[in-house]
Amino acid sequence: MSKGKTGYYNPQKPQEGRITDVGPVHFMQMLPPILRKNYGQWVSHRVLEPGILMHVAESGDKVYSVRCGGARLMTSEHIREICDIADKHSGGYVRFTTRNNIEFIVDSEQKAKDLKKELDSRKFVAGSHKFPVGGTGNSITNIVHTQGWIHCHTPATDASGPVKVVMDELFDYFKSMTLPAKLRISLACCLNMCGAVHCSDIAMLGYHRKPPAIDHDAIGKACEIPLVVAACPLYAIKPITTEDGKKSVSVNVEKCMYCGNCYTMCLGLPLADGAGDGVALLAGGKISNRISKPKFSKVVVPILPNNMPRWPEVVSTIKKMVEVYAKEANKYERLGDWAERIGWEKFFEKCGIEFSWHLLDDYRLAYDTFRTSTQFKYTEHAWAVSKAVGGI
Amino acid sequence: MGIPGQEKLWDKEEKGHRTYQDVRIFTDEQLKNYTEDELKSFKNKHDIPMMEELEKGPWPSFVSDLKREALHRRKLGQENLQIAPEVAEDLLGLMELSYKEGETHWKHGGIVGVLGYGGGVIGRYCDQQQKFPAIAHFHTVRVAQPGGKFYTSDYLRTFADIAEYRGSGITNLHGSTGDMVILGTFTDQLEPIFFDLTHDLGVDLGGSGSNLRTPSDCLGPARCEFTCYDTLDMCYDMTLTYQDELHRPAFPYKFKFKFDGCPNGCVASIARSDMAFIGTWKDDIRINQDAVQEYVANKIPRDGGGMTGRDWGPFDIKAEIIDLCPTQCMQWDGKKLSINNAECNRCMHCINAMPEALRVGKDTGVSILLGAKAPILEGAQMSVLTVPFMYAKKPYENIKNSVVSKIFDWWIEEGKNRERLGELIQRMGLKTLIEVLGIPAMPQMVKEPRSNPYVFFKEEEVPGGFARDIDDYRSRHPK
Repeated sequence: MSKGKTGYYNPQKPQEGRITDVGPVHFMQMLPPILRKNYGQWVSHRVLEPGILMHVAESGDKVYSVRCGGARLMTSEHIREICDIADKHSGGYVRFTTRNNIEFIVDSEQKAKDLKKELDSRKFVAGSHKFPVGGTGNSITNIVHTQGWIHCHTPATDASGPVKVVMDELFDYFKSMTLPAKLRISLACCLNMCGAVHCSDIAMLGYHRKPPAIDHDAIGKACEIPLVVAACPLYAIKPITTEDGKKSVSVNVEKCMYCGNCYTMCLGLPLADGAGDGVALLAGGKISNRISKPKFSKVVVPILPNNMPRWPEVVSTIKKMVEVYAKEANKYERLGDWAERIGWEKFFEKCGIEFSWHLLDDYRLAYDTFRTSTQFKYTEHAWAVSKAVGGI
Repeated sequence: MGIPGQEKLWDKEEKGHRTYQDVRIFTDEQLKNYTEDELKSFKNKHDIPMMEELEKGPWPSFVSDLKREALHRRKLGQENLQIAPEVAEDLLGLMELSYKEGETHWKHGGIVGVLGYGGGVIGRYCDQQQKFPAIAHFHTVRVAQPGGKFYTSDYLRTFADIAEYRGSGITNLHGSTGDMVILGTFTDQLEPIFFDLTHDLGVDLGGSGSNLRTPSDCLGPARCEFTCYDTLDMCYDMTLTYQDELHRPAFPYKFKFKFDGCPNGCVASIARSDMAFIGTWKDDIRINQDAVQEYVANKIPRDGGGMTGRDWGPFDIKAEIIDLCPTQCMQWDGKKLSINNAECNRCMHCINAMPEALRVGKDTGVSILLGAKAPILEGAQMSVLTVPFMYAKKPYENIKNSVVSKIFDWWIEEGKNRERLGELIQRMGLKTLIEVLGIPAMPQMVKEPRSNPYVFFKEEEVPGGFARDIDDYRSRHPK
């Protein structure tokens, strides 16, 4: 490749030799030969042990994939180490899963076991694993997540940090296959959800809790005020002229739900606030069509503090949910299916999570979530209502 | 499409294929320029006590990884790098500041890019440039990932070199939508990066902004027996067909294609894409009765061996398969498993639970679902089943002509600024959507029929139309 400030690119003749619209490299050249040979001819698979998958083809060929976790935020140095492992063990081929795991594919069970041992032995100098093997079957596999404070302008929490501390705590679940079904965790550091956490068994969601600060100077200069006004889903923003004659906007704080859509349209309305921002937890969503239909995650904790560097409240609440689910759910039952079977009131009781008014939906279509039935179970929540009205 | 004749550019099975040696930037000495002892005693330019707390615990630490890149860059020195060596050190310093304050230090946006493209690069500037000059600019370059995220080490090493030489040496493998992401470079490096990506790696930028975003797929036929169509080929073909939409903003907002090979949905297309292609079949589930017997005899572990970490007792085909089938379309008489396929809704449970005995059908294609998005603004939506079954065979003309182009035209015409397809469908109704597509209504589009009777009838459906004559009415109903 080129060297020097501008490389092969000639700023005087930007169109010279320019190549555009070529798309990704073709996938076939990136497949190990044994996968090309058996392309579309796979018959079945088996997880031999945590982190090792065997796939069997019509031809009788078997391939063994060793799956390991890692941070999706990775350096060139880390990529090179992955390449070294691929060159040594898997013919120079490697792949990544949609949940940021790394897979090396080899042609014998023994090679897979040797590779697993080597991967598990590689550690950073400070002690954490580089390539922990696991994440298969009924495990908690890697967390999909967004950028957070590493790179994004709208986050209400960090991404890489909370992921690290939650996976530290749930590490044994990554390394084993003891859960009733798969349990998928994800994190989005704001409502924009570039990580789309809205259908996860457990989701962490960075959440602002204060209306935007208003930078009258910036709004008049840099923003299209009608677009800013139109960006607000709750019609809380109005155009104004300030006392000193600047074109700007006002925000009705009682209507604001802190979604940050106005900030996306206009840099003069920042949401971030160290004291107000935190993490909401959602639970019970899924993507798969298996047994029950795909479903949304539901808010179960409206806000937990950003308690850096290790978010102990977030970690312990998630751990508790996982442990109760692991103990109580039936086999094949996803977290959301379990909560629906026992009733959400029981979910809150068993997990020891407070049910506060924040969890009663008051946005669009809220009525769809209201219980219009006499089918309920008695918990302390119910007795508290009965007492409050003098019913008992 | 594609670089002519270069579809096998990196193919190790081809003679004369490109290797890392052909295009590498750094020498072996430069790559192995620090010792483990140096790494152990490495001290970041800024104090980072909170960041270093994140080096503890078993899960891979991104902080430890960043520190090793920081040391590597420090030893490479400015003469061997195009942006400052201290990028990773400043980034750790900035993160420490965010951890102290609980607030981000990245400024809002910034329009940068490469000539002729309206996407693929996300402009990013730090708001503490005095303190952290090496990350004053920290633009992201999205690079289109190969299908199934398979790589050769030669290709990845080349990517690592350019990310380090012209960028921060920090990447995402992969970004949320699926791209390979080069995090952190300066504006003057964008064109040189683009030039080397297209010429030396043979790869293009991904999507951003109000464009088609980089389509993504599950690994499909490369290594999965469940896939009902060639997810990799279809994703590649559709990506190339819509390169213009991917690079040059013409849409009201972002648009995502995702390709899932089966209803298990490993790339989450049903929740994350405006147009989800999910593999399905229309014939019968294939049954190997001998293998069923082996499951019943506990000779094959349930669920592909994925549940062996706990003792769930002996396999009980009645309780675990027959009774959990959501449509109750299966029977087990003690010897033979039978399925009433006309009643099956293809949820995949029985196939997932007994993958060595049951297989998806042979007459396969895709279901097409439209309109998923995250909560901003009207609330989260999953995609709506719109086309129940369609063959998906190269060159996919039926899908491109009968579905994709009609949807694009409608949404470009009717969609408001920043309105996703799902919101347009909600605003204008499924009724309008099916008119756009020229398809009849089907009960499969809804969970249940509407419970309110507020039907907006079409004038031509009502005898005599909508024009009323009050005199005629009064002739029968005097005041």
